Amino acid sequence: MSRLRRTMLYVPGSNPGMLADAVIYGADSIMFDLEDAISLREKDTARMLVYRALQTVDFGTTELVCRINGLDTPFGEKDIEAVVAGGIHVVRLPKTETADDIHQVEALIAKAEAKYGRVVGSTRMMAAIESALGIMNAYEIAHASERLIGIALGAEDYVTNLKTKRSPGGIELLYARSQLLNAARSAGIAALDTVYSDMDNMEGFADEVSLIKQLGFDGKSVINPRQIPVVHRLFKPTDQEIAHAKDVVKAIEEAEAKGLGVISLKGKMIDKPIVERALRIIDLSKASE
Amino acid sequence: MRKHGKQIKIYDNKSKMVPSLEEAIRKSGLKSGMTISFHHHFREGDYTTNLVLKHIAALGIKDLTIIPSSLGKVHEPLIELIQTGVVKEIHTSGMRGKLAEFISEGHMEKPIIIRSHGGRARAIEAGEVKIDVAFLAVPRCDKMGNASGNGSNTTCGSLGYAMVDAEYADTVILMTDDLCEYPNMPASIKQQQVDFVVKLDEIGDPEGIASGATRYTKNPKELKIAEYASRVITALPEYKEGFSFQTGSGGASLAVTRYLREAMIKDDIKAGFALGGITEPMVDLLEEGYVKHLFDVQSFDLIAAASISKNANHHEISASEYANPSNLGCIASGLDFVILSALEIDKAFNVNVMTGSDGVIMGASGGHCDTAQAAKNTIIVAPLYRGRLATVIEQVTSIITPGNTVDVLVTERGIAINPQRKDLVEHLSKTNLPIVSIEALVEQAEQIVGKAAPISFEEQVVAIIEYRDGSVVDRIYKRG
Repeated sequence: MSRLRRTMLYVPGSNPGMLADAVIYGADSIMFDLEDAISLREKDTARMLVYRALQTVDFGTTELVCRINGLDTPFGEKDIEAVVAGGIHVVRLPKTETADDIHQVEALIAKAEAKYGRVVGSTRMMAAIESALGIMNAYEIAHASERLIGIALGAEDYVTNLKTKRSPGGIELLYARSQLLNAARSAGIAALDTVYSDMDNMEGFADEVSLIKQLGFDGKSVINPRQIPVVHRLFKPTDQEIAHAKDVVKAIEEAEAKGLGVISLKGKMIDKPIVERALRIIDLSKASE
Repeated sequence: MRKHGKQIKIYDNKSKMVPSLEEAIRKSGLKSGMTISFHHHFREGDYTTNLVLKHIAALGIKDLTIIPSSLGKVHEPLIELIQTGVVKEIHTSGMRGKLAEFISEGHMEKPIIIRSHGGRARAIEAGEVKIDVAFLAVPRCDKMGNASGNGSNTTCGSLGYAMVDAEYADTVILMTDDLCEYPNMPASIKQQQVDFVVKLDEIGDPEGIASGATRYTKNPKELKIAEYASRVITALPEYKEGFSFQTGSGGASLAVTRYLREAMIKDDIKAGFALGGITEPMVDLLEEGYVKHLFDVQSFDLIAAASISKNANHHEISASEYANPSNLGCIASGLDFVILSALEIDKAFNVNVMTGSDGVIMGASGGHCDTAQAAKNTIIVAPLYRGRLATVIEQVTSIITPGNTVDVLVTERGIAINPQRKDLVEHLSKTNLPIVSIEALVEQAEQIVGKAAPISFEEQVVAIIEYRDGSVVDRIYKRG
């Protein structure tokens, strides 16, 4: 089964209790934050705590991501070294604007991998795009490194940059979301949507999840565990979709067994996109069990 | 064995109204060495226990045994009364704060006696403890002593614990800040039970009713536990039209009601009754028709307190009806499910809700062991660890509820079923709930937070814990 990224749970790196418990809520990915959620005074302790958590806490099969501070701060380089040493799966770069930003981080990751005995190239990357410049460069960013597993939209900084603010329907984000999504898909990587910060408005949250799912996003960043079941429920395929997907897979298997090149199901030809969709539906349905 | 009755008295047609508390104490004939009682319906908002004892001390009365239904942080002034010899013995459901620390340090000559709510009612009815004078604060009362829990100044809702004292104490003194026109009907405490009525300026702070033990949680870990617990309930055969349940105090336990509500709406199942300390979410279920009756021994918040006089199917019950094992009508015995909290739970499923991991008293027995034994399915909800301390451990510091009356433990990282309950193992293994052994949970907790150093105790017993039937289930020793 391919890795799903329906939910990426933000966990402040400075909170040991939350670090230890993050795994229990069933998010597809956990993102330890060393950047905006951490005050200047706590940058060092948060980095040390995340390193210790990576070394000692059992996170099962959950994908582990760390949002580092930018390289324009005194913390970014140290963050990379610590989390690579700790064995992070994915380093997430904030406020990415150019392909060069990715190259710089990539070089530091490779250096840390060599220094701490990790296989060079094993640490993956993600880029958060949070400005108009970043959105305009989304294609180059998405194609900047083999390490990239996805790109994500950071809407709060982006809307400020656009000189607007977020609205319930999210019309102001439509261009950015579409551009980012197309950039991600052109590179064959994941597209993740921004956070929804009103934790008590579950209806508004569900509407936004439905919207980004329809646009084609893989999933959403979440800031409270209570948001996780909502996303997973909305990404869960319907019984009808699951039944159809199973039929498609069965038809392929039968056709392969018979050595047939052209596959049909109930008189309709099955082509590659249908197969891809069916496999994703089966993955989503397994994850929702 | 027979019920132990109260003294027969003839009404002398004189007024029961007494101008001051001091006068009421004098008239009651209270003497050194006697036993007096209080109730804890005002929880941390109780003004009268401390006030009554202050007046008693001023009169030079000493060596009293006090048997409040429970004590809280607000009762810290008892420390001085113990030191000056006014209070000699304490029987209570529990205690918290400085008083609890003081007792744990071994400053009392005789160990305190911890009783469950049902066990207290049983002990009083059986005459194991005889209340000479009951001092009962009531939110509304008339001149003859017809009293109820909803007044114009203060409201505590159910007077369930006080009802037992009013029925069995030789002398009953009511204190109210809302003296109403005669007759105050319907009455929770009736005029035939009452000797004297005193009007005070204020008897309690209603805000104190909703104290810590009954908080409304937004903590995602507690919500996760509550959601699992609700799924355990809905997977069992007793979850069907007309089922009954109780949720204990504590964030996760109270939150189970919220998840259960969603399931009941989805499955179109209505509960026959809910029991216990009643909270706002329970009242919502009653008003929406998802619970047909509420039995209320104690109102945990002001919404619940107000509902008793508003909703015909919200019934006030006494502690004896609630959970007394020697009562033909013990309502807890009809429970399909009870959800309870734990400070600690061990491999044998024994539960501690009384002492902290440092061995110091910090909780209350409450209805824990009563409902655990009485209900068909007892579900404990607790986080695997709190801070750096494991909740699921090798052996609990003190036993309140024996493990053979506990069926399921729900934590955020797994659900353990008491192996005695093979039927539950069968039902729950069909679900996709994370079922694990309790040993595995102990191990997991240890891996995460490590193993705590053992606590050292001295030989002095500071508290005796009674089981609901009066047998001794454990002792608490002085901290070493």
